Amino acid sequence: MEYWNSACECMPREELTRLQEERLKETVKRVYHNVPHYRKKMQAIGLEPGDIQSLEDLKKLPFTTKQDLRDTYPYGMFAVPLSEIVRIHASSGTTGKPTVVGYTRRDIDTWAEVTARTLACAGGNKNSVVQIAYGYGLFTGGLGVHYGAERIGASVIPISGGNTKRQIQIMKDFGSTILACTPSYALYMAEEMEAMGISKDELKMKAGIFGAEPWSEQMREEIEKRMGILAIDIYGLSEVIGPGVASECKFKCGLHVFEDHFIPEIIDPNTGESLPPGSVGELVFTTITKEGLPLIRYRTRDISALDYNVCECGRTCVRMKKVMGRTDDMLIIRGVNVFPSQIESVLLEIGDALPHYQLIVRRENNLDTLEVLVEVNQELFSDEIRKLESVERKIKNSIESVLGLSAKITLVEPKTIERSEGKAKRVVDLRKI
Amino acid sequence: MVKQISIFLENKSGRLAAVTRVLGSNGIDISALSIADTTDFGILRIIVNDPGKAIKVLTDNGFTVRSTDVIAISVPDRPGGLADVLEILARQSIGIEYTYAFVGKIEGEALVILRPDDPERAYEVLKENNVKVLSAEDVHSL
Repeated sequence: MEYWNSACECMPREELTRLQEERLKETVKRVYHNVPHYRKKMQAIGLEPGDIQSLEDLKKLPFTTKQDLRDTYPYGMFAVPLSEIVRIHASSGTTGKPTVVGYTRRDIDTWAEVTARTLACAGGNKNSVVQIAYGYGLFTGGLGVHYGAERIGASVIPISGGNTKRQIQIMKDFGSTILACTPSYALYMAEEMEAMGISKDELKMKAGIFGAEPWSEQMREEIEKRMGILAIDIYGLSEVIGPGVASECKFKCGLHVFEDHFIPEIIDPNTGESLPPGSVGELVFTTITKEGLPLIRYRTRDISALDYNVCECGRTCVRMKKVMGRTDDMLIIRGVNVFPSQIESVLLEIGDALPHYQLIVRRENNLDTLEVLVEVNQELFSDEIRKLESVERKIKNSIESVLGLSAKITLVEPKTIERSEGKAKRVVDLRKI
Repeated sequence: MVKQISIFLENKSGRLAAVTRVLGSNGIDISALSIADTTDFGILRIIVNDPGKAIKVLTDNGFTVRSTDVIAISVPDRPGGLADVLEILARQSIGIEYTYAFVGKIEGEALVILRPDDPERAYEVLKENNVKVLSAEDVHSL
């Protein structure tokens, strides 16, 4: 088994707990003294740094949300002066002001350490050729994985996102062995590869580390089959550090959270109550080594569950279940909770290849309606209207039985649903509420 | 039998124009066509002079395409000419999925495309009954 840092990744639980408690106490003290926003929030509930002594005390601390970062835009939550900050990233800010994150030199080092671990999880080492097709820039994906790949001594191709034909040509010519990008982009690359007449046997690809958006097991199988690789899920969010918060190993049974740096919790998104191991709920992180932007109980809006059993790979750090959706991606249609992944499983039952799809939610006469656009691929297409209508009916009936919700199915021409080279746009909510 | 090409189209303005433009700019001639449609989508079925090339250029341009075997026949261009042929098939209990006529004509004859539910048997029956069945070359040279 290849680890990057076995001492940290395979640390016995008691030792890890002690380390986390030490680091947690330090962090709480630091934010209390250096970040007015945190101090105010703690004082408001009569909490002092000394009240936090063990992991058990963690739940006394107030949550931090994206709103806190917006309210203190841009630098208000930094725990060090700007002179100590060596890098600034920011989220795209499509739903308001961007969230700004700052890294000290040691934070950059920590980040390289954890992304090095994720690459080792995928079998990466100094002989690997890592093609990084995450965007470089303010987005943390590209540069985050970049430093980890250099840390393990791999040959790094910093190609960034987009220009798919060139990506594939380079993948073939440069002999890339590991691809890092979003899963939807990986699938898009597989599609383009087939269109270009390049077979997976012409590539040296061994593995892919895919993240930045939720994806299903079926999508994984499809990427693995079409690219002939091991596809593992990596997890991260810029607020916490970027990619490298957690990663699957080759056993693909949950993502190892690098707990010596980040403490995960699962809470009930409605009540904020912290839930026991195994429960499904919202994932919350507390960073315990970050200097620039330490986060206390940051609510990710991602839905997952935690499993403390030691993995077959030998890593002791807790595994978070593949993210099942987001509390804010979750659509509530006529009172029914709907995740795009449920629609995806229905479509995969209809044919072998997952057609592109998009959910459109509208409100007509005070009633929510769901329309599912499905691109007609070669496999779904028939020369006869009634066969196409029967495909529509089949999808409609399965969705009804899975969701208990009726949907209008609309077959559309190939490549008419918006393909983003970053995140797949699966949901369009046109309701004005 | 003749190769017919079917193309999936959304019921949106400009889609039919887009397909025919792709064919036109690649020098492909359409000799027969029909559209079957529902509220949201339709299937355009065409007979062209170079089916292989047509499939390639359409696929390259992102259309979903399928080829189907159909029968092209020539019937006397007079009242009851088509009925005579269809009765032959009906007597043998061969159903017709769809049928449509050619754009062009041969003097005194009307050209019709048939898609029977059992194309092989229909082909034999029509031959036995001396119906003029056109070959792929006949059609492509029109």
